[in-house]
Amino acid sequence: MNINSNKYTYIFAVVMVVLVAALLSIAATSLKPFQDKNVELEKKSDILRSIGIEGEDADALFTQYITEQLVIQNGAAVASEVSAFDIDMASAVALSAEERQVPLYKAVVEGNTYYVLPLRGKGLWGPIWGYVALEGDGNTILGATFGHKTETPGLGAEIATPIFQDQFPGKKLFTEAYEGIEVRKGDASGDQQVDGISGGTITSVGVQTMISDCLAPYKKYLMSIASAAAVPAVDTLGLAADTTLTTAAL
Amino acid sequence: MSTEQKPAKEGLFSKKNRALLTDPLNSNNPITVQVLGICSALAITVKLKPAIVMSISVLVVTTMANLITSLMRNMIPNRIRIIVQLVVVATLVILVDQVLKAFVYDVSKQLSVFVGLIITNCIIMGRIEAFSLGNTPWKSVLDGLGNGAAYGGILIIVAFFRELLGNGTLLDYPVVDMLGLYDFGYKNNGMMLLPPMALIVVALIIWVQRAKTPSLIEKD
Repeated sequence: MNINSNKYTYIFAVVMVVLVAALLSIAATSLKPFQDKNVELEKKSDILRSIGIEGEDADALFTQYITEQLVIQNGAAVASEVSAFDIDMASAVALSAEERQVPLYKAVVEGNTYYVLPLRGKGLWGPIWGYVALEGDGNTILGATFGHKTETPGLGAEIATPIFQDQFPGKKLFTEAYEGIEVRKGDASGDQQVDGISGGTITSVGVQTMISDCLAPYKKYLMSIASAAAVPAVDTLGLAADTTLTTAAL
Repeated sequence: MSTEQKPAKEGLFSKKNRALLTDPLNSNNPITVQVLGICSALAITVKLKPAIVMSISVLVVTTMANLITSLMRNMIPNRIRIIVQLVVVATLVILVDQVLKAFVYDVSKQLSVFVGLIITNCIIMGRIEAFSLGNTPWKSVLDGLGNGAAYGGILIIVAFFRELLGNGTLLDYPVVDMLGLYDFGYKNNGMMLLPPMALIVVALIIWVQRAKTPSLIEKD
């Protein structure tokens, strides 16, 4: 057989492509469950890390500590078709703050209630994301973790390191003067300030924008927690009275 | 391709066959002598673990690609042989990538695009085109193993020094801390973590290798 004839070449190419396509689809389909599981576990350990819990078995720890998963829209918990854990933040933040349905994770660690909020925004080169955990008052930050896709190593990518993240615990999200966390240059001693990354200004500003943008849908909900924490008696009145009380509490 | 002669029955590990395996490790090293595959050697040698996974991946791909192309060498139409080689390599790389994503997710994330870029690693295409298309499967496997191991060996040596000197750890194990060197004022050299230092480490390896093997020194 002449292996250099046109006919043979075409047949060879077609057979090869079909075989390879079949092989790759089989591999992709059979490995997909394992890969999805990895992505899910990573998300769970990210959420847990923001409340300071790290461990081998993210699955078990997640069930142990995360007691409630709510879907929040415009400051109130709503019923949603998608479960809180499955909400895709990338498409959620594309909507306006009022339309967004975003997840809120409630965690109970040694009797203390914490709230974990997912974040998603833009860095210099691509998306950045993270989780911020709040203490029981819905205002003080317990911990924050950030991730990024393609920020510059050594500059913007530093947001994913403890050097940057360790500044967040103890800071406050809401005061009368400002909502969110200001990522600034130099002195960052204020309650709502952290020191940005030198040479990573656009990523640092991206973090600041991301926090204030992602905070918006939760604001009313968190403030109702804040007021409940500040004036315990209000608790019995329920959440309906939240808007009037928040101003007083803050 | 059909011109190869039937040699007298040769032992599996005859001297010639052993040379296929060992030559790339020294006198014909793909990185330090042929200067191939430098790009990935710079990118993923910051830490030892990704470097080891990368080495194993490349070893598997070169060996398998050599074996498969060698088995098909009398069937591949000459005019599309480069495409066929690419398809074989790409298929293997996608498989490796999928397996890494499924079973060593954290490392696969650190390697990110570089697993996909194994396809463009000149060592693999080079060995197929230069060797396995004209040699028997067994020889091709030995050649693939030799070249893959040679590439991986250099990667691991570079990563060893970069992680040890740059981070003070080995496989994330805090070696320098254990030795208590920090108490004497020792500091990690952050520059080791930057890509240019990989080039310098590779250059030092080339220097050492040529000093020991004078036959490699070019006479001009």
